[in-house]
Amino acid sequence: MSIRALNIHKTFGNYKALDDVSLEVPEGRLVSLLGPSGSGKTTVLRILAGLEFPDPKTGATIEFHGEDVTNLSAGKRGVGFVFQHYALFKHMTIERNIGFGLRAKPRRERPGDEAIAARVKELLELVQLDGLGKRYPSELSGGQRQRIALARALASQPKVLLLDEPFGALDAKVRKDLRRWLRLFQEEIKITTVFVTHDQEEALELADEVVVMNNARIAQVGAPQDVYDNPVSPFVIEFLGNVNRFTAGVSKPSKSQATEGKSVLYVRPHDVDIRLTDENPHDYAIRSKIQHIFSAGNYARISLDRIGYNEPFEAEISREKLRQLDLKVGMIVSVVFRHIRVFAKGQFKESNVREDGQLVEVAG
Amino acid sequence: MISNTSREDTGDRPIPPTSVPKRRRERINRRVIPGFGLTMGFTLTYLTLLVLIPLSAVFIRTSGMGWDDFWKAISSPQVVSAYKVTFGVSFYAALTNAFFGFIVAWVLTRYQFPGRKLVDALVDLPFALPTAVAGIALTALYAPNGWLGQFLYPLGLETAYSTTGIFIALTFIGLPFVVRTLQPVIEVFDREVEEAGASLGASRLRVFFTIIVPALIPAMLTGFALAFARAIGEYGSVIFISGNQPMKTEIVPLVIVKFLENYNYPQATAVACVMLIASFVLLLIVNILQRWTESIGQARS
Ligand SMILES: Nc1ncnc2c1ncn2[C@@H]1O[C@H](COP(=O)(O)OP(=O)(O)OP(=O)(O)O)[C@@H](O)[C@H]1O
Ligand SMILES: [Mg+2]
Repeated sequence: MSIRALNIHKTFGNYKALDDVSLEVPEGRLVSLLGPSGSGKTTVLRILAGLEFPDPKTGATIEFHGEDVTNLSAGKRGVGFVFQHYALFKHMTIERNIGFGLRAKPRRERPGDEAIAARVKELLELVQLDGLGKRYPSELSGGQRQRIALARALASQPKVLLLDEPFGALDAKVRKDLRRWLRLFQEEIKITTVFVTHDQEEALELADEVVVMNNARIAQVGAPQDVYDNPVSPFVIEFLGNVNRFTAGVSKPSKSQATEGKSVLYVRPHDVDIRLTDENPHDYAIRSKIQHIFSAGNYARISLDRIGYNEPFEAEISREKLRQLDLKVGMIVSVVFRHIRVFAKGQFKESNVREDGQLVEVAG
Repeated sequence: MISNTSREDTGDRPIPPTSVPKRRRERINRRVIPGFGLTMGFTLTYLTLLVLIPLSAVFIRTSGMGWDDFWKAISSPQVVSAYKVTFGVSFYAALTNAFFGFIVAWVLTRYQFPGRKLVDALVDLPFALPTAVAGIALTALYAPNGWLGQFLYPLGLETAYSTTGIFIALTFIGLPFVVRTLQPVIEVFDREVEEAGASLGASRLRVFFTIIVPALIPAMLTGFALAFARAIGEYGSVIFISGNQPMKTEIVPLVIVKFLENYNYPQATAVACVMLIASFVLLLIVNILQRWTESIGQARS
């Protein structure tokens, strides 16, 4: 079922939590709402679920599959909602928790006890926790509880699944496992899903589309790769992925462009190339000192400081290259920014620095 | 320089084996209140002086009586009728409080309304008011010619000088116990759990009875037990409104006082002994019930 939310405003007291937010999720897609704390992600989700309502008289509409649900209460929207802190019913067994939605149906639609038991069993298998049905929520681990919360939300076969930072309270390993699992699971049952997170890695890895939020507004919408590669604002580039930020006039490129007005230069750490100082230096090479080297897995993260400017920045190079160049803390190296973005006058300009030391502007 | 390194060693670096015992000693000293031995000793002495010695005096005095005398003392018709009045009415009063106290606590925690602070303060009044004052006030209100009594009596409701009167007094003094026990529990009750119920399609009534009430039952039982215990021991506010008719509206504490006034110390202590055991057993039962309900919804998270 597709979701369409238009012109959503939400005010708490006199605090504007959502300022004209519009959102579309095509059927069967997994969309991730990403943004810093307090940007309004949870509020969007709660409004979609009917747990909160948009400000009246602002022309807000919410449609599920073309049908207006703006004024429907939460129970009638047929959405499955997974809360950040699970919100399981502590005094009920896992089975009872999962079967709650089925038991709460009006008498005509309510399945018989056996049908409910069968469905609960099916869901427990789906979330790979069969055999735990007789336990209480307090007897499960965080990751297990979260999966039970998911099973509970899915029991009545909702057409829309809404998850609010479902893995926020879990440790990195469990988080990663569950994330993969959710992705596969969502592909399997093809349920339209909106997923809140403030972890950009999670959003980029999981989602068909990311919606980046900032300050009660939507900052950018697009496929993960697209948003990462073509950010529309400094906020988005700084929020998505690591990026080095220099204020204008810092490096040589400024002589050719973007000296006018206030401009900011951005370089992704993986676009930072490190060479030994004696290798063919050119105009765009910057002499820097290595402050710290951290290597884990295939990549090494290197903290550098531009000599004479006290401007720390980061580079990411392959481990192999690290070994090849035999880099050590304290070494002076020559650094070239292969790809730079300059934000000035409200837009980005991208340039590449070629091997031969020529600056080539990338057509927007 | 040397002292500097050695300090670092006991700090964030892994501790060499030799320094382990030192570390352990440090940890014990890091308790919030130092001196477990001292505080525990104080606690025991305090409880012994205040509670155990006076209570055991009751038992010691009765133990000189002999079983037959004791039995006669505690089973005289006047006393038995007083037991019935005390335990029966206290039970109903506590039950009533558990119900209405819940509503009061709910309204006070869940809604914002003008004068909420005032109502909140009013709840404590029965705590603070000297019980005799409460008794006189209630009697004045509910007596046949009182403000309320004059309307209630023609309707056949004998509010004063009857068990109804006792019930009113005991309900009055028990209310704060239920409200004050429930309030913090309702306060921390996770709204999201309610919302989860609603979004799963449950009606408000269903959410209330299958999600909220079960979560509050342990606190309700505690409130009930406290109100009940308080009602059993209540004296001051009851004696005015009850009329104190022997075999009808006499409560046990009053019977004991009457025995004392007649220098009938053995019977007074015997009955006191029964009250003591009964109250203790009742509190124990409620405590066990409460543990049991809590264990079902135990929160380890
Ligand atoms: N019920 C409420 N009453 C008052 N203010 C609220 C309420 N709910 C949210 N807000 C405010 O609205 C803003 C957005 O809140 P929201 O919970 O949507 O943020 P979020 O993006 O989910 O943040 P986080 O990542 O920390 O969960 C916050 O500033 C918050 O204080
Ligand atoms: Mg949130």
